[in-house]
Amino acid sequence: MGSSIETLVNKEYQYGFVTDVDSDTLAPGLTEEVVRLISSKKAEPEWLLEWRLKAYRRWLTMTEPHWPNVKYPPIDYQAARYYSAPKSVKPLQSLDEVDPELLATYKKLGISLTEQKMLAGVAVDAIFDSVSVGTTMKEELSKHGVVFCSFSEAVHNHPELIQKYLGSVVPYSDNFFAALNSAVFSDGSFCYIPKGVRCPMELSTYFRINAAETGQFERTLIVADEGAYVSYLEGCTAPKRSTNQLHAAVVELVALDRSTIKYSTVQNWYAGDKEGVGGIYNFVTKRGKAHADAKISWTQVETGSAITWKYPSVILQGDNSVGEFYSVAVVNNKQQADTGTKMIHVGKNTKSTIISKGISAGEGQNSYRGRVQVLPKAEGARNYTQCDSMLIGNKCGAHTFPYIEVANNSSMTEHEASTSKIGEDQIFYCKARGLSTEHAISLIVSGFCREVFKELPMEFALEAQQLLGITLEGSVG
Amino acid sequence: MLKIDNIHARAGEKEILKGISLTVNAGEVHAIMGPNGSGKSTLAQVIAGHPGFEVTSGSITYGGDDLLDMDPEVRAQKGVFLAFQYPVEIPGVTNAYFLRSAYNEIRKANGQEDIDPMDFLDLMEKKIKLVDMDPAMLHRSVNAGFSGGEKKRNEILQMAVLEPKLAILDETDSGLDIDALRVVSGGVNALKRADNATIVVTHYQRLLNYIVPDFVHVLAGGKIVKSGGKELALELEAKGYDWLVDAA
Repeated sequence: MGSSIETLVNKEYQYGFVTDVDSDTLAPGLTEEVVRLISSKKAEPEWLLEWRLKAYRRWLTMTEPHWPNVKYPPIDYQAARYYSAPKSVKPLQSLDEVDPELLATYKKLGISLTEQKMLAGVAVDAIFDSVSVGTTMKEELSKHGVVFCSFSEAVHNHPELIQKYLGSVVPYSDNFFAALNSAVFSDGSFCYIPKGVRCPMELSTYFRINAAETGQFERTLIVADEGAYVSYLEGCTAPKRSTNQLHAAVVELVALDRSTIKYSTVQNWYAGDKEGVGGIYNFVTKRGKAHADAKISWTQVETGSAITWKYPSVILQGDNSVGEFYSVAVVNNKQQADTGTKMIHVGKNTKSTIISKGISAGEGQNSYRGRVQVLPKAEGARNYTQCDSMLIGNKCGAHTFPYIEVANNSSMTEHEASTSKIGEDQIFYCKARGLSTEHAISLIVSGFCREVFKELPMEFALEAQQLLGITLEGSVG
Repeated sequence: MLKIDNIHARAGEKEILKGISLTVNAGEVHAIMGPNGSGKSTLAQVIAGHPGFEVTSGSITYGGDDLLDMDPEVRAQKGVFLAFQYPVEIPGVTNAYFLRSAYNEIRKANGQEDIDPMDFLDLMEKKIKLVDMDPAMLHRSVNAGFSGGEKKRNEILQMAVLEPKLAILDETDSGLDIDALRVVSGGVNALKRADNATIVVTHYQRLLNYIVPDFVHVLAGGKIVKSGGKELALELEAKGYDWLVDAA
């Protein structure tokens, strides 16, 4: 590449600040005692404690999965802290009561909990470390009967819903990280859309890991009742630290008959520095269950984290249900991503679409891993998979692991894949029209990702495009 | 406007331009002709700043400034435009978006605000008529799946929108049928002004029936072996290049 490209400097992670608030943090280590303590700190009912303990005991019997195409040193689960809450948190009546430092943090993140988002029609449930500190637009939502609150609140205010659906899509025994999360999850978001209601606004949660060495184990549960519609946005950032932090979240989506859940993620956790020091281990289990005629659509833009391990999936349980997965995963420097989806076709005439765009730069390693499974009774099932990789530079890697299993004769699956290299010709063409190298790369890459970006809500799409530009700055050399 | 002084350039180990000097003034049209492999396209690419070529000696000034010292995008922002021989495809980026980005970069470099997107649409509507292009092309990805002729028209559309001071057309005529050739050269002629200049790189004389040059230069073996007026092109048409190449 030309020298003008080489001289581009890496832009520093701009969300890498630490907020100095007094935290209520547990000593490191995980024991049954810790699980009990977390539960009692949150004043949880007995059944939930029992559920956590079952998960904890199950977790003890499980081993960390090593099949993903990623490398990292062994994690010492006894060295991590499993609970951290800003001490100042009491039940809050309004935003004025929120610690100004926290609000300043959100401001730096570009999230305004106040007027701006109100005007934009976005209700934000912000998760700061483990406790939800402020929820807006609650009143407007409650007019429509929509419940949107922190997971802890939901446990107290809507125990029947939590008891019915918690673990119904991702059981605590599902996998190592899901079991860990089930034992120690501290907070998260809960959302319920009643029958036939179209949620009047986009719901949004911003996650942020703050306290050092605190694994964040949030848990999100979204239930769309029959005929309901909801679009949910999740954004993630974390401060810059030299040690690795574990993030093992669980997201469960329940789409009852004829409902639609659209779940969009822009993940920009700290990725570590250029040498691969620090950064988040993002080991996340996301899955939805679509009942008859329901639709679940996952859109993700993954630009951050040292390691990403996640497969937002859909169980197409009911007849005619629809599952979609649109993904952009970017790795630069020493980042590693092993991500993709599972589409499990159970019901008749179920349909799934997978569009995956992987971009690898620097020494990044990007793997697409996907499973399309059509069960014997899923007659007339259809799947279309398109899996494109783009390479920037010559030290990075792109890998594809598609698994397709079809157990009947009436179904059809298609798989298309391509790999391309961002060309010097393309960059020069843009430069010859007055665009800088950076601008050129961001233009070419966002063109490559267009099919996915168009699935994102407008403001998220812009943010995603900017993040992509930042992540890839200095990547051509 | 443009002063090329004894320029030498190579690609890898191979020297391609071996001492070229050329002065282009505002209001002039220069044609660069010559056999294949004579260095015509290399000269065009060197002026635009292609990183694949290394200038080993000589100088190029543009409006009095050292052109070789500028990044390609700076050259473009200052009004240098290269119509590519092989326009590049950028999948997923619409023509309109690409052009607006380029247009705004040039405005920014001149201390102007971004153009209002609606105003830009009006501008495009006007310019697209110049090249007789289907407006639907604006919403297709840059050059992706375009025919050869469509790509060349698209280059001229970009030129019409960006209004360069110095336009270099690199074999814009190759691969064009006679109708397209007429449209493309009509577009070029319509953009001609007293304060801009055009360099037309071509292998064939036929383009010069439509774009009439003030000067014709023949390149052979990396050097200009003959310069003259427009009648030189006709002479070349009749006699071929051999007599000049042999003489050199």
